[in-house]
Amino acid sequence: MLEIKNLHVKLEEEDKQILKGVDLTVDAGKVHAIMGPNGSGKSTLSYVLSGRDGYEVTEGSASLGGEDLLEMEPEERAAAGVFLAFQYPVEIPGVGNMTFLRTAVNAQRKARGEDELSATDFLKEVRAKAKALKIDADMLKRPVNVGFSGGEKKRNEILQMAMLEPKMCILDETDSGLDVDAMKLVAEGVNALRDEGRGFLVITHYQRLLDHIKPDVVHIMAEGRIVKSGGPELALEVENNGYADILAEVN
Amino acid sequence: MAALDQTQVKEGVDQETVDAVREVGGAYKYGWETEIEMEYAPKGVNPDIVRLISDKNDEPEWMTEWRLAAFERWTKMEEPNWAMVNYPEIDFQNQYYYARPKSMEEKPKSLDEVDPKLLATYEKLGIPLKEQMILAGVEGAENAPAEGRKVAVDAVFDSVSVGTTFQKELKEAGVIFCSISEAIKEHPELVKKYLGSVVPVSDNFYATLNSAVFSDGSFVYVPPGVRCPMELSTYFRINAENTGQFERTLIIADKGSYVSYLEGCTAPQRDTAQLHAAVVEIIIEEDAEVKYSTVQNWFPGDENGKGGIYNFVTKRADCRGDRSKVMWTQVETGSAVTWKYPSCILRGDDSQGEFYSIAIANNYQQADTGTKMVHLGKNTKSRIVSKGISAGKAQNTYRGLVAMHPKAKDSRNYTQCDSLLIGDKCGAHTVPYIEVRNNSSRVEHEATTSKVDDDQLFYCRQRGMDEEEAVALVVNGFCKDVLQALPMEFAMEAQQLVAISLEGSVG
Ligand SMILES: Nc1ncnc2c1ncn2[C@@H]1O[C@H](COP(=O)(O)OP(=O)(O)OP(=O)(O)O)[C@@H](O)[C@H]1O
Ligand SMILES: [Mg+2]
Repeated sequence: MLEIKNLHVKLEEEDKQILKGVDLTVDAGKVHAIMGPNGSGKSTLSYVLSGRDGYEVTEGSASLGGEDLLEMEPEERAAAGVFLAFQYPVEIPGVGNMTFLRTAVNAQRKARGEDELSATDFLKEVRAKAKALKIDADMLKRPVNVGFSGGEKKRNEILQMAMLEPKMCILDETDSGLDVDAMKLVAEGVNALRDEGRGFLVITHYQRLLDHIKPDVVHIMAEGRIVKSGGPELALEVENNGYADILAEVN
Repeated sequence: MAALDQTQVKEGVDQETVDAVREVGGAYKYGWETEIEMEYAPKGVNPDIVRLISDKNDEPEWMTEWRLAAFERWTKMEEPNWAMVNYPEIDFQNQYYYARPKSMEEKPKSLDEVDPKLLATYEKLGIPLKEQMILAGVEGAENAPAEGRKVAVDAVFDSVSVGTTFQKELKEAGVIFCSISEAIKEHPELVKKYLGSVVPVSDNFYATLNSAVFSDGSFVYVPPGVRCPMELSTYFRINAENTGQFERTLIIADKGSYVSYLEGCTAPQRDTAQLHAAVVEIIIEEDAEVKYSTVQNWFPGDENGKGGIYNFVTKRADCRGDRSKVMWTQVETGSAVTWKYPSCILRGDDSQGEFYSIAIANNYQQADTGTKMVHLGKNTKSRIVSKGISAGKAQNTYRGLVAMHPKAKDSRNYTQCDSLLIGDKCGAHTVPYIEVRNNSSRVEHEATTSKVDDDQLFYCRQRGMDEEEAVALVVNGFCKDVLQALPMEFAMEAQQLVAISLEGSVG
């Protein structure tokens, strides 16, 4: 479903190459995890896939279900099914969380030529999904991410994902900053969305999350490239020995 | 759970806004013109024109004299130039000062007699001059308020008031709501007592000109102890070309009364700039409260800065009685040039003044707006919340005065002044004047300037909103404290306006 071929990306502003030939295919129904040292380009990959400004693709391609992602505006990619749970969710003062969600859901429905969700249906759905993530009514009313704790922000990302029902979910370190219980909630949220039509790309530093969300494939990214791929055991290896052995091996 | 319900309604509103904006598509949506036969006074202003306006309104002699004295003063005054606005010199003799639809020559006795073309004009503006409930219009069972609300409307078209709705119902409550020209004839004792008592004839260049040539406007009197049973509103429409609009509004809230008043304004899209110089006076007696909300949406000029309304307005509330209270809320999205400082004279002890403002300037618009809080009585309180948004090549200035007089012991002011910039060719300026002349009072001032954050926009777009939707959402969030101060109907209109006014400001 998601197909990334030989993707090279540099910063728009300066001559700095960050991704140096990423190849990655995520089939529908699969969960892929990406691990890798700080600064290896994991977040950059997620931003380039979702269309953030500031990067220039110098070579290669990325497509979703055969559609060229790189040609699309960020909102078109969203409507096509790309969702990014941000490593650092953004605060929007004065905009109620619920308003934000509803505007987003309806914008995507409209873009896909579907009818808007009625206020009643929307509320019902949000409440049910929020409850599962232990997000209370107060948090739904508060401005988007403003004054949320780190863990609350991450759960809020998962709530948005649950409401938007994307095809391709990219989670950038959604587990960082979560306590043990919150990690379980988030994992349950993700697992509830797992189905054969949907792919996941889970960026993480820790095996812990992968205990709860069993990945099909684990990739190691280093210096802008995927240097090794394997099964869940690869994550265990990283957890136990760090990256040194793996990096030595590929070099 | 009233608060909760309200929040939910507002949640719904945002969506409506976004939809409405999508539907509207174009930039200024009130730019069309009504084809109607007009009657003009000759161009220019002189004592004869002043007399003619007075005569057209069938005014008593004392009023004519009052106007002539104002005109006399005006000829000796100079146009102020301290505001941060630039515009070509206005030729005051090359304007019409009086324009009315021919069909209004004989004042219609009821709304049924009003020229259908005029009624259609207001209908098209979304202000039906019918005595009907105005529904808050939020779809979705859970969000819609149970019943509609009544809003009485006085419609002013160029120089004359076309009609006022709900007169009978208001009369039963003892409230007088009519055009000022009618009040001059029907309630001369009230007009004589209060007109010019808040904004003196000699107050400033534009107010003095207004005193000489004002043609119509609204008059409100709420008797002691009466809570006005519905919102009152005046809708100003400038239609005629080269015509200045000089309306005059006088609101009196007698002891222990309450009224909420709304003002809306639009004008056709034209190449040449037009002048609008209004005066609003509010008198608030003991324990009375007035809320005055404006959504100003005059034509702002095109994207190259051509045309638009020059808006020079003097608005002032006098909290005469103890424990009286006034709240100004304004959403200023239109006009090429805005020069406007709704003020509060806090004369009574324990009186309170609040000022909530959103001023948006896009393209070549210039806004110099703010407030004056003059604390005269003991233990008086004021609060200022100003949100300025600049986009395109616009300049937006907040100018505010807070004065604590020697007798205003134990008084408080809190000012919060935030500016938001969209793009890098616009400007925001904050000019606070603070005078404290006693040592038991406290003045707090906070100011911020920020840019629309790319990360916020990307976050919204990643979730599926297009760029304009994202900007509208972020900016509406920035303005939230002020939008919440508006009555429901206006809050919706204002949110739409915020979005529309910023069209083309990104990308
Ligand atoms: N806008 C930018 N300006 C300068 N350098 C950048 C920018 N964006 C990314 N980089 C650099 O690119 C490299 C990759 O960054 P990226 O955020 O993708 O790493 P990461 O793998 O997500 O790291 P972490 O595990 O710490 O989140 C880093 O060296 C980073 O400093
Ligand atoms: Mg990262």
